[in-house]
Amino acid sequence: MAGALINVPERAKRGEVIEIKTLVSHPMETGYRRTQLGAPIPRDIIRLFVCAYNGTEVFRAELHPAIAANPFIVFSTIAIESGTLTFHWTGDNGFSVTESAALTVV
Amino acid sequence: MDEASSRREFLRVIGAAAAGAVSLVAVEPARATPAAMQQAIAQVAGAARVNPGRVKLELPPLSENGNLVPLAVSVESPMTAADHVRAIHVFTEKNPQPEVASFRFGPRAGRASVATRIRLADTQSVTAIAELSDGSFWSATAAVVVTLAACLEDA
Repeated sequence: MAGALINVPERAKRGEVIEIKTLVSHPMETGYRRTQLGAPIPRDIIRLFVCAYNGTEVFRAELHPAIAANPFIVFSTIAIESGTLTFHWTGDNGFSVTESAALTVV
Repeated sequence: MDEASSRREFLRVIGAAAAGAVSLVAVEPARATPAAMQQAIAQVAGAARVNPGRVKLELPPLSENGNLVPLAVSVESPMTAADHVRAIHVFTEKNPQPEVASFRFGPRAGRASVATRIRLADTQSVTAIAELSDGSFWSATAAVVVTLAACLEDA
């Protein structure tokens, strides 16, 4: 259900700035909508996204209901050493997804 | 005489009803206003002055679907430990909540640029604020015309 797609180049030159694209499936229910009977639909969003590179945080995003469903975030980092990038999404109702990607620096 | 007074009475009643309808419309939408956006910006920037410039905010001038509006923000910066962009905050004028997102960078980010997709509840302007490591704040604003509003209608 909670799938995440990550696009990271497999290898990069040392010092190169690489672009990372992430997409996670999530409805991002705003909490401002109502059902046809008028009952409010409770908020259910991803609040935080963190990317760490070999354990060091390189990027963080705090999200609000104005982020579209299935949050898509593109950012960048400097390829310093070979290792793993870990991606972590956390949100309402105990939502938590962790993904990782390997990067080889030549 | 009698007829004139009943006409006056009729107009008075109609006028009161119209005034009531107007105030009802004015009260109903719980939306962020430009003032709420200024307040949200002040919460981020504190007492610091927000200067226009340095931030590049890319948004389509016309969006057919407010549920999915592509947004890209970038700031020209060397991104070194001494001089980098600490954060980019995005705000809207007329969404139910002025905050959209806060992106936090460090010198390890390499480039101060981020792209995502946002929701817009109405035709309005979007403001991006960049927070630099020297404590200064810079901003850019873009206006978007939205045909199908988010939040109110289903995609």
